[in-house]
Amino acid sequence: MSYDLLTSAAFAIQKGLLLTLTITFSSFFLGQILTLPVAIALVSRSWWLRSIAKFYTFCLRGSPLLVQLFVVYYGLGQIDAIRHSVFWPIVRSATYCSIFAIGINSAAYCAEVLAGAIRNLPKGQWEASDSLGLSRFARLSKITLPQAYRAIFPSISNELILVMKSSTLASAVTVVEMTGAARIFVAKSYAPFEPFLIVGLAYLTIGAALGFLGKRIERRLMIPAR
Amino acid sequence: MLAALFRYSSQLLDGLAITLVVAVASFITSFAAAIILAPIAAYGSPVLQRSIAIYVGLIRGLPELVVILLIFYGGTVLLSGAFGEYVEVDALTAGIVALSVVAAAYLVETLRGALLSVPPGQWEGALSLGIRKRRVFLSVILPQMMIRALPGLGNQWLITLKDSALVSVVGLEELMRKSGIAAGATHQPLAFYLAAAGLYISVTAFSTLIGKAFDARLSIHQTER
Repeated sequence: MSYDLLTSAAFAIQKGLLLTLTITFSSFFLGQILTLPVAIALVSRSWWLRSIAKFYTFCLRGSPLLVQLFVVYYGLGQIDAIRHSVFWPIVRSATYCSIFAIGINSAAYCAEVLAGAIRNLPKGQWEASDSLGLSRFARLSKITLPQAYRAIFPSISNELILVMKSSTLASAVTVVEMTGAARIFVAKSYAPFEPFLIVGLAYLTIGAALGFLGKRIERRLMIPAR
Repeated sequence: MLAALFRYSSQLLDGLAITLVVAVASFITSFAAAIILAPIAAYGSPVLQRSIAIYVGLIRGLPELVVILLIFYGGTVLLSGAFGEYVEVDALTAGIVALSVVAAAYLVETLRGALLSVPPGQWEGALSLGIRKRRVFLSVILPQMMIRALPGLGNQWLITLKDSALVSVVGLEELMRKSGIAAGATHQPLAFYLAAAGLYISVTAFSTLIGKAFDARLSIHQTER
């Protein structure tokens, strides 16, 4: 291990940092946006909605993220209707595809967690809100979701770290984020240790920072004396 | 599309076999490591407990792909240096080692939790009957620990199975890679990657069913109470 290699590897990898963070946060937010409707469908009274949501989470949790990413990036472009639609600029870009694939994958896992939290709420909460004459929307937005989201906050902040780890897969579809940059550096220099150690350290640091942030926010959100 | 799928179906099944070999080998190796490490993580000296905690923390924070790349590329350099001649680590070995290292960290946590949740009265009762400590662990504690750990074990099997797709990145010709080759040759990526996804989903669905049956059988004593 040499000092020169370490510095030049670090220089090459830091160029991918911004892309790693972009993919991480964008796919996390996309995932969280999709989580809500899927979770509500999972606990819905309609058999159809429940089945469709269940099928979605079953498929996305049952197959590897890498396959899903390849279906999105290599597969969707094969469909003519998509090539001629407004989505083509998105499907053509490996970065957007990665964000999309990681996002829908994360949504499947989070939706199951959120649905579980909603099912676990005490029945009295619904009975009380019904007896107060609240509308279904008010019940959902004022009673169900605030409690369910508080209950699953630790898993949401953990999901952000999992999404960060998943963002490395983007390097498999030509995106030069941190892992991609490290792989290119290895191919050029034949020195695998330095770049991968630096990348590993970078992910550990970002993960620790995100974990710390999550704990701080969690403490804020918690209802005291509960 | 179907004709192409049919033509490459034996290739895909070969790939699936390699995927299963990698996943099963990694799962068994990591389980063996975890069952040795878990008692140390639960009852060992503070130094040992701390080192296992650091190992688990490191693996939790590192992306699986980085671990695979580090072991695949780094392993060749390290072994070549150690033996003084060029030793190449093949993708299969590197993949199994990397997935085992990752899975073992999570399994240690699962098994440690299960071990600590066995009531201490079980230890005390068995010891007071004059059974030797080793015997108590193997015949009294271990079976109860395994029942509690079963859901976690099943979960980790599914994760390892899905993580095995990542080994395709370093060139192992498992299901993902075979699908990629077929997709490239036929210009039908959608069909082949969807087929791969379908095969993975069938294996995970089948595993889940087996897990449920196993769990029902093992937890009979709990329902009878």
